[in-house]
Amino acid sequence: MYKYDSYDQAMVDTRVEEFRDQTRRRIDGTLAEENFRPLRLQNGLYLQLHAYMLRVAVPYGTLNSAQMRVLGDIADKYDRGYGHFTTRQNIQYNWIKLEEAPDILADLAKVEMHAIQTSGNCIRNISSDQYAGAAADEIVDPRPYAELLRQWSSFHPEFLHLPRKFKIAVIASDTDRAAMRLHDIGIQIVKNDAGEIGAAFYVGGGMGRTPMIAPLINGFVPLDQLITYSEACLRVYNRYGRRDNKYKARIKILVHELGKDEYTRQVEEEFALLQSQGLEPPLAELERIKAHFVDPAFEAGAVDDLDLSDPDFALWVKNNTHAHKQPGYVIAVVSLKPVGGIPGDASADQIRLMADLARDYSFDELRVTHAQNIVFPHVRKADLYALWQKLDAADLSVANLDSIGDIIACPGLDYCSLANARSIPVAQKISERFAAQDRLDSLGELKLKISGCINACGHHHAGHIGILGVDRKGVENYQLLLGGCEGADTSLGQITGPGFTEDGIVDAVEKATDVYLRNKQGEERFLDTYRRIGMAPFKEAIYG
Amino acid sequence: MKILTANDLRTGAVVWWDGSGWSHHVDAATDVGEHGGDIAALEQAARRVVDANVIDGEKTPEGVRPAHIKDRIRALGPTVRPDLTLKPADPAAINWVI
Repeated sequence: MYKYDSYDQAMVDTRVEEFRDQTRRRIDGTLAEENFRPLRLQNGLYLQLHAYMLRVAVPYGTLNSAQMRVLGDIADKYDRGYGHFTTRQNIQYNWIKLEEAPDILADLAKVEMHAIQTSGNCIRNISSDQYAGAAADEIVDPRPYAELLRQWSSFHPEFLHLPRKFKIAVIASDTDRAAMRLHDIGIQIVKNDAGEIGAAFYVGGGMGRTPMIAPLINGFVPLDQLITYSEACLRVYNRYGRRDNKYKARIKILVHELGKDEYTRQVEEEFALLQSQGLEPPLAELERIKAHFVDPAFEAGAVDDLDLSDPDFALWVKNNTHAHKQPGYVIAVVSLKPVGGIPGDASADQIRLMADLARDYSFDELRVTHAQNIVFPHVRKADLYALWQKLDAADLSVANLDSIGDIIACPGLDYCSLANARSIPVAQKISERFAAQDRLDSLGELKLKISGCINACGHHHAGHIGILGVDRKGVENYQLLLGGCEGADTSLGQITGPGFTEDGIVDAVEKATDVYLRNKQGEERFLDTYRRIGMAPFKEAIYG
Repeated sequence: MKILTANDLRTGAVVWWDGSGWSHHVDAATDVGEHGGDIAALEQAARRVVDANVIDGEKTPEGVRPAHIKDRIRALGPTVRPDLTLKPADPAAINWVI
């Protein structure tokens, strides 16, 4: 994986000292809160319901064991013994003291991490496929391109004060595991008929208050123009994106209001202009970055068989592993969704254990997924049982990936000052209601996502079943959505009707699953059945 | 009653105005009447707290209770982590929030 060069390290170290000075001045009174607030937000430090919250960037979700270990140590040293992995492949700490925040950033910098641009109206952490570099179905590893974009977008002077925040995802396979078309820019690395590699640009997607699926604006941008084309997309947005109304300031609104064709025309015009200005980094830089992402030293002829005589292990293998491009290896996923647990939370001990296991069993690499789970990307099949046993001993072996128990949930009103309703208790009740293995098996792939407010950090629009928490005269209320999907066949969920109480929404989810089970044909997933039979039978069962 | 709440500047901890200073316990909150804004301005200028707000609440037999669930969660702590709330030994504390 990528290693900082002296420029990267100097940038991060300089920022730590800059923020240390800003924090000192805030505490001694020479910097007022209105001046300090944007500075702390630029370093990922929010003020939330109970304390300051620090969001740490995990570029394209990739970590090494030393970084993961420091994340666990920070949870113990500065927080309350746990961290929360987020839907943007980052980690958040909920109980941070302002006066200790610079020390945390210094600890992060020692392992080439930071919290820069994890907040504010700038280009945020670049996200990617959690199986990048390991998946059997990818054209190339998308991470070198994500890293190039990270370097381009970090401290980019023109894009530090955009109309609104800006999120980019990069993938390189037809199976979209990164909700790519629900980003401001989604980039898919593709191969054309001539066998050349390029980038398809989808622009203007997003969730939040006005969910939109990004349209394709250019099906093949040569990779030696990746940055220039991205710059053109951003420039048009920066020039014309609305700054008078934050609810209409995201690029999706601009693309929608201009129309895809007119937005594309302006991007192409800007692109033509920029091409003459030599903006693109030299190819040597991309090659330098690529050299950090070469395959690890896989063992040739590694055993491809697994002993599945332990039924618990066999179940976990069936549900929580994914095909690897290298024979004899497998991608293993740790679900951070124990029955009745808090989605995405991990204790400091669990985080450190996963760091150790990555060192011992996965070539020192881990990934954070947007579904709030952790991936060991390169596990030798011969080691898989030993890995699973160690995970099992630490309560990290729940075998529910992509099932109704693998719920995405934002922190909700338990932690977040923007939230209108609690998300986590709903997730807990649903996971308990559907805990029985036979129920999980019968429902198969069923992605359930919960947001505690319209900002949609819990991706409720993209859930096969989505839940949105709202405030109804000071009382929590939950709307149910059906039919969302974040993959290659992206779709937005539709609201079923009037909302429910906390217990009522759990019952409504169960009724929806009953409709699915009654109408399922063959191997249909919940989503497939919904798309075939439509909303009406679900509404009838839920409200009838 | 009108309650004044804020976060401690250095630690971020939720605090409540008790008439002469800041308490971590909502039960210590006093009715600030019309003076909440003035107290908030002074305390923020003194860099003791940040994000001070006057909210509605009521005195109940169980103590002071903020009117909105968001403030009750601020007062107690996350409902999903009773061990991290101000009343970790009281299993009924969560009911007070809801």
